[in-house]
Amino acid sequence: MSEALELALRLAGVLAAFLVVPLLVGQVEHKAMAHMQGRVGPMYAGAFHGWAQLIADGVKFVQKEDVVPAAADRMVFKIAPAVALVPYLVAMLVIPLGPGLVGQDLDIGLFFVIAVMGAGVIGSLMGGWSSANKFSLLGGIRVAAQLMAYELPFVLAAASVAMAAGTLSLTGIVLEWSPWWLLWQGIAMFVFFVSGLAEVQRPPFDMPIADAEIVFGPYTEYGGLRFALFILAEYAGIVVLSALTAVLFLGGWRGPFDDQLGWLWTLLKTMAVAFVVIWVRVAYPRLREDQLQRFAWQVLVPLALLQLAITAAGVVMTA
Amino acid sequence: MRIPGVGLARGLALTMRQLTRRSVTAHYPDALPELPPRSRGVIALIEENCTSCMLCARECPAWCIYIDSHKDVIPATTEGGKDKTRNVLDRFAIDFSICMYCSICIEVCPFDALHWSSEFEYAELDIRELTHEKDRLREWMWTVPAPVALDPNAEPAKEIGVAQKAAEKAAEKAAERPAPEDRP
Repeated sequence: MSEALELALRLAGVLAAFLVVPLLVGQVEHKAMAHMQGRVGPMYAGAFHGWAQLIADGVKFVQKEDVVPAAADRMVFKIAPAVALVPYLVAMLVIPLGPGLVGQDLDIGLFFVIAVMGAGVIGSLMGGWSSANKFSLLGGIRVAAQLMAYELPFVLAAASVAMAAGTLSLTGIVLEWSPWWLLWQGIAMFVFFVSGLAEVQRPPFDMPIADAEIVFGPYTEYGGLRFALFILAEYAGIVVLSALTAVLFLGGWRGPFDDQLGWLWTLLKTMAVAFVVIWVRVAYPRLREDQLQRFAWQVLVPLALLQLAITAAGVVMTA
Repeated sequence: MRIPGVGLARGLALTMRQLTRRSVTAHYPDALPELPPRSRGVIALIEENCTSCMLCARECPAWCIYIDSHKDVIPATTEGGKDKTRNVLDRFAIDFSICMYCSICIEVCPFDALHWSSEFEYAELDIRELTHEKDRLREWMWTVPAPVALDPNAEPAKEIGVAQKAAEKAAEKAAERPAPEDRP
């Protein structure tokens, strides 16, 4: 009985984090981006510096009409947002917040998370294909191309950490981590973060969405709640990417007083990485589609392979 | 040699520096903007100055000024004299949904009946409400700012010279003429 209760508590915790943290990141994006551009961002919703803006947006999205284009593949069109969103929820299940503070501690956690994150992109692809709209289709194809290009360096960078730690368990990786890994695994961290950005389609790698070129890519035909789910998936993706970067490369809950405040360290590191995601969005313009591909194959993949060699050398030497 | 990535780092530094600075946004609904005295907000009308000459309505490029008037007959004051006629303004309306704020009506008015006010908050939910009738245009007159002061060494306005001359002449006349109670 108590085991079931504990499981329920863990699941509730993960669900709460899944619903709250992406909104938090979204709000930080609203305000940080505004101030970086010399604006002030939302100021009215919730009376204090617009803290409730995203809740108000959510209420607005719920009220909107649910439109499905006549020529669309109705079934696929309707489930696409869920397919985009659920994988990130599942991924959050295995990311440890502190020692023992994890939805479900898997021995192959890293493998699981990367596999699941790859599945999230299928949602966008489904949306793009089923919308019966040329812009959606272009966006969907771009999603697919981007996934192909960036999944490889993403996995290679993650493999480097797994090699260094000698385990695929996320908890195990954090336990093995030590500060000099920042240097040793620095290239992997860069490659992982950048290809992760591309994977969750964040600027400067948001060519699938590219509102100036192809309207809104796979999401062109979506409105109301389904559109909100896609946007939520984007922010959940940021959270998962940031949490993974924090856990794999920044030592997760490791830090001063980590026996009591471990969870706080993980959250702080995650939010710091999420801030960098936002920062990069404000600072850089969108790449072109061919630049994106060239960057993946000519820069990130060689860098990831180099990192693998460095890691291998390090492991052999310290063994 | 240029180090690769310098531009990228500079971009990040720039946005971060901007984040630490105060934003320069005007907090409009909370704080009203400081508009220059000659801003074109809304057109005000002094009904008393208007002679229904129709110049403004005819010059308006958008045809957004509507004027209706009739002639009033003022009977002659002396026996066998001629009756006078006078224009009476019945309707003066400006449709601000058409107006393009070109200021031609104000320039062209020979009697200074039209003025710019810098009020700009007169949005409506119904486009027909944007046609301001003469009583509403008269109300805007209270918001017309005083004319901008002249430059320190500028020539005084013509009207002031004329008024001064008239005042001096009147004073001279009063001095020449004996006081009323001295008259027999």
